[in-house]
Formats: sequence, C-alpha cells, structure tokens
Amino acid sequence: MKADGDILVLLAVQFAIMSLLALGGANAVVPEMHRQAVELRGWMDERQFADMFAISQVAPGPNVMIVTLIGYQVAGFSGALVATLAMCGPTAVLAHFLGRTWDRFKDTKWRIAVQQGLVPISVGLVGASAIVLTRAADHSLVAGVITAATAATAYWTRWNPLWLIAMAALVGLAGLV
Amino acid sequence: MSETAAPPSAAPIPSHADLFLAFFRITLSGFGGTLPWTRRMFVERKRWMTADEFNEAYAFCQFLPGPNIVNLAAVFGSRMRGPTGALAAWLGFLLLPFFIMVVAAIFYQQYGEVEAVRRILAGIVPAAAGLLIATVGKMAAPMFTRFGPAPFVLLAVAIAIGVMRWPLLWVLVVLAPLSVALACWRRG
Repeated sequence: MKADGDILVLLAVQFAIMSLLALGGANAVVPEMHRQAVELRGWMDERQFADMFAISQVAPGPNVMIVTLIGYQVAGFSGALVATLAMCGPTAVLAHFLGRTWDRFKDTKWRIAVQQGLVPISVGLVGASAIVLTRAADHSLVAGVITAATAATAYWTRWNPLWLIAMAALVGLAGLV
Repeated sequence: MSETAAPPSAAPIPSHADLFLAFFRITLSGFGGTLPWTRRMFVERKRWMTADEFNEAYAFCQFLPGPNIVNLAAVFGSRMRGPTGALAAWLGFLLLPFFIMVVAAIFYQQYGEVEAVRRILAGIVPAAAGLLIATVGKMAAPMFTRFGPAPFVLLAVAIAIGVMRWPLLWVLVVLAPLSVALACWRRG
C-alpha cells in the first residue's frame, strides 16, 4: 500500500513525542492517541478506536501494539511500521543509555522524590485511559454490565483475564450486546 | 551485580541469538500481558537475573517513559551485550507482535463489518475497558490508604486528560513538576 510521505512524517513525529510522554507505559497515552486519531485528525471513528484497543489487549505481545493497528489504518503497512518504530524506538535508546548510569543514583534523595512524584501521575494517566475507553465502549446497558463485571472480577479474583475476554466474546456473539 | 547474600546469576552471559530467541519466545506465550512470562524466563528458567535484579530493572523501566516491557528488553539486552544486545532483544520482542498486528489490521479492514465479527467485538470492547479499570484500581488502592498528595494528583490527572480532554503535554508540564515538588516537600 502506498502512503504519501507527509502522513508518515506526521505519524513518526506524533508517536515519538507520545512515547516520551508515556509515563507509566503505553496505556498511559491511550487518551492522547484517541485525541489525535479520532478528535483532531479524524483518522477513525470512536468505535474503530475502541475496537483497536480491544484487539491490542487480546492479541499476544505488549499492549503498545495498538500503535501498529492505528498506523496501518492511517497509511497501510508503511504506516504500521513507522508508528511502531516511533513508539518503541526512542525510549529504548534512552533505556540503553540511562540503564548504565541508573544504579549510581539508586539511593539519592532526588531520585526517590522524582519516582514518588511520578507514580500518581502515571496511575492517573492510566485512569484517564479507563475513562476514555469506557465512554467509547459502553453504549448499552449490557455493555456497561460487561465492563462492571469484568472490572470487579479482575479486581477481586486472580482469574486469567483471557477467560473474562472469552466470556464477553460469547455474550457478544450471542447477540446480547 | 549486587553484593548482598543473594546468589549470583548462575547462567553464562547470553549470546545475541539467545537474547533474540528468548524474547521471541516470550512474545509467543505472552497472551494477556508479557511481564509474568518475561520474569519466568529470566529468573526461573534461564537464571540470567536474580529476583532482586529483575525487580530493580523493572522499577527502572516503569520510571522511564514509553512501553515499559519493551524498554525492559532493551535494558536487559544492553546490560548483557551492549547496544547490539539491546537491539537483538528489542527486535526479538517486537518482530512477532508486529506481524501479528499487521495481520490483525488486514483482517479488521476486511472483516471488521461482518456481523459475527461485529458482535464479538461488541462483547470484547467493554470487557477490555473493564480490565483496564481493574488495573487502575489495583495500582491506585495503595495510594488511598494514607493521607498525602498522591490521590489528589492522581484524580487531577485523570480528570484533566480523561474528562476535560486537555492535551497530554501541557497537563504533564504543569502537574509532573508539581507532583515531584509535593513529594520532596513531604519528605522534608
């Protein structure tokens, strides 16, 4: 599939910036991906975005692979490649360089303060992702019940999440949602 | 290597091929999150790291921005074999998921509107949101057990981004330094 160069540059720049802002991992920047892809650029609609998030959670591999789906949707194979490299490359380089000096600062006061200060930020970001996705997902009573039941079961039991996903898929296939 | 009583990692240093293949195999089994599988491979099966070393490396990767577990692959590869080791581990970790996702994207474009697929997705999408809510709950719970700035920062971030839909960059520029300053001040 062909894609014009401008859109590939845009994908590269956006996802590279996003990766550097992703305090707390890929799920922390889901709202920003949604804002860019659905609200600002109109690359996809709300439902498609929610579909892609769900697929990225269900498929094997890290959750960050939602960017591959978004990239493909925007610009085919080259879009998928550019989005994945931009999201996973820059911080890996950072990790390589910082990983060597990190141990030296392990017990310094500022490092502990920075770490403590960033934890609530990253949890808040993932919380924002949960808000955005729940809004995108729950357009019916049954969908809301699935969300609530999955959240409660995953929170209070140690069941493998894949079973919950499989049950939800069956409920969906039965035409109940 | 730490100088504590913990036994040193028993295994010889992995080669580039070992690094690539180890991460490749992790992604093969990594349904529902890759972290437990990564830990099992490193600490229990190959003994490349002790449990403490693994925890420290993971804490560092949570501190870094970006996809944590991808960074962990890079950090580990880099510690074992330098930059090329980081590249081998990183590639091993991303290659298969990338192609799986490309195939998923092709299927989605072709069959995303087929009735049966739509129904399944309609069930899975709210469940995926529920799983994320549970994750947030587990991460947030310890912060609400004692008084401090953390719960307020958490809620401010979640509302600014999730409800107000303000741009991520500006929210972080304001709130991240504030949160670190509050953490400093609390420690005195």
